[in-house]
Amino acid sequence: MTFAVGILLRFVAMVALLLVNGVVLIYMLRKVLGHLHLRIGPNRVGPFGLLQTTNDVIKLLTKEDLRPEAADAWLFNIAPFLVFVPSFMAYIPLVFGPDLAVTNLDTGILLVFAVLSLVPIGVMMAGWASNAKWSLIGGMRAAGQQIAYEIPLLLSVLGPVMMAGSMDPAKIVAAQAGTWFGFIPRWFVIPQIVAFVVYVIAAQAETQQTPFDMSEAESELITGFANEYGGMRFGFLYLAEFSNMFIVAAIGTMLFFGGWQLPWITTPGWAAPFVFMFKTYVGIFTMMWARGSLPRFRVDQMLAFCWKRLIPISLVWVVVWATIQRLTLPGVVR
Amino acid sequence: MSDGLTAPPRIAPEGSQHQDVLPAGLKRVPHGVDELATEHLVLNMGPQHPSTHGVLHVLLELDGEEVIAAEASLGYLHRGIEKLAESRRYHQVATLLDRADYLSGLHTETAFALAVEQLAGIEVPRRASWLRSLAMELNRYASHLIWLGTFGMDAGAMAPFLYIMRDRELILDILEAWCGSRMMFNYVRPGGVFADIPGGLDAKIRSWLAVADSYLDDNDALLGGNEIFVARMKGTGVIDAATALAFGMTGACLRASGVDYDLRRDVPYCAYPELDFEVPLATAGDNLARYQVRIGEMRQCLRLIHQLLDGMPEGEHTAKMPKAFRPPVGESYAAVESPRGELGIHLVSDGGPTPYRMRLRSPAYFNLSIVDEALAGGLVADAIVTLGSLDIVLGEIDR
Repeated sequence: MTFAVGILLRFVAMVALLLVNGVVLIYMLRKVLGHLHLRIGPNRVGPFGLLQTTNDVIKLLTKEDLRPEAADAWLFNIAPFLVFVPSFMAYIPLVFGPDLAVTNLDTGILLVFAVLSLVPIGVMMAGWASNAKWSLIGGMRAAGQQIAYEIPLLLSVLGPVMMAGSMDPAKIVAAQAGTWFGFIPRWFVIPQIVAFVVYVIAAQAETQQTPFDMSEAESELITGFANEYGGMRFGFLYLAEFSNMFIVAAIGTMLFFGGWQLPWITTPGWAAPFVFMFKTYVGIFTMMWARGSLPRFRVDQMLAFCWKRLIPISLVWVVVWATIQRLTLPGVVR
Repeated sequence: MSDGLTAPPRIAPEGSQHQDVLPAGLKRVPHGVDELATEHLVLNMGPQHPSTHGVLHVLLELDGEEVIAAEASLGYLHRGIEKLAESRRYHQVATLLDRADYLSGLHTETAFALAVEQLAGIEVPRRASWLRSLAMELNRYASHLIWLGTFGMDAGAMAPFLYIMRDRELILDILEAWCGSRMMFNYVRPGGVFADIPGGLDAKIRSWLAVADSYLDDNDALLGGNEIFVARMKGTGVIDAATALAFGMTGACLRASGVDYDLRRDVPYCAYPELDFEVPLATAGDNLARYQVRIGEMRQCLRLIHQLLDGMPEGEHTAKMPKAFRPPVGESYAAVESPRGELGIHLVSDGGPTPYRMRLRSPAYFNLSIVDEALAGGLVADAIVTLGSLDIVLGEIDR
């Protein structure tokens, strides 16, 4: 019984986190982009426009669930959930504090990237089932892009995993406690700077943010694969995007910035989730910053950049780091 | 294509680079098959599409993402401005012309006024000419700003569009204080201008000039200083000089292809013969060249405005015009260098109080006609930026 209640509580907590995050991130995106663009952003609904997103969610929920007549009904209806569910599942291994995670998995990092690799299927399905040319092009672009950028993303993760000697997020975070030479925090970003840069670029592409937003290129494909969606089905596609943003930022925090730990001092248990969320939101802010300032790549340039630059660089880095570690830090690999 | 709908062979202009690569696609025959026997996709871009700068409809024949053939379909914004002008008295026509090229109304107004003055042999006071030039240069800068922002938007950059709005607002404030309207000026009349420049506006323009340079540097750095942007623009949408001339292109699009032709210098009008300015030129003919030429023009614009403010002569702002104005029988043609190119007005008078016929040579119309040539061979994303680089205004094209 307690086991069942525990599962239920964790489930509710995950849903609540995801939804609240979605609402907060949409508001944040609007405000951040607004101020980057010499505007103010929403400021009419509620104090500082805080209720604007809630307003929009209610609008999406109460909208008629329209489906184009020529669309493939079955695929069209389930596609948003195929995009949403993997992104929901990726919350499972996130470590918010010393003892604060949905569950501890020995292969947590692997699970996140495994479930996220299901997203392109849903996206392509949405593009195909809409039975519209613009949606189809958007879906195809998204699938090509996500499949390509998953490779450097996974390779860039290998560095921190090698350093910690584990795929368990809790162990990776724990391995970053303390300092080097007494004053440099033991964050993996310092030795793994190459992997970190690759990770940032690949994560930006994986979440389809500018400059990699070809699949929903506003000025080319309008909203790409989400073109024919309305109401809450569109809401789910949108929510999944923000949820993915949170996940890649959270994974980046855990792998490269010491997760919930403060540098130099021992983090009290109650502060851990706040530290973790703060670091994650700084990561999300930089993603939005790039989104607000850069133009978009062309689809062939983006793919060439991935296959000819990012993948070789990350492959070389994996070999280089493995060699360094074998020669200088024997015993780290357990 | 054996359904009897096969398009007639397309003729490339003499010496065109497209001679051997003219595609056998489209011409309103949306059906093509390639060597692998896969059918091409025919895509309707517009009339409702955010990147067609108005209501333009472009038919694209696609093989994957590659554009095999493209065709523009016009007329969605046709309001019959030329016909309506036939029932307006000469001083009323400017109201219509503002609505043709709504981003640079003053240029169209001036072209019309010049045509009327040529027809009736009216001598325009020197101050009126200078006022026209000053207003036109401000308007050109505002129009180029809109192009810069929407061009960035086409390339996927949101920021420049909102940055140029800040700058443009300052110009529109000046023009509003001067002409009484932000875009529909109705300021230039046959014989001169409607009213003299209000006192104190000189200082306002100068205070804008003080920041305009650094704002332009900001905007240029956001796009032209960005590696992604340059990589996308370089070598895409190439138009060589022969093709550009054969299609009657003018303005920055022609100068980006290496043809040095600017009406302000070559067929001088208004105050331009007395002013010192350069005509930016590029030879590559690609999107980047068009971008650089326009940015160069904006810098020249600021130079011209400085000179116009400093050298503004004293005098009347308009010639004496009769209340019931009837030009003699005859016809005339006058053209100005609008932000988009050679904007001409051909006027035929039968001696009555209204034009017998008025014809507007729309530069954007000729510039747009290149899409059939320039889009083929690129990707969908290239098609969007190439269209954006032509700086079309549908209000003027459809009239």
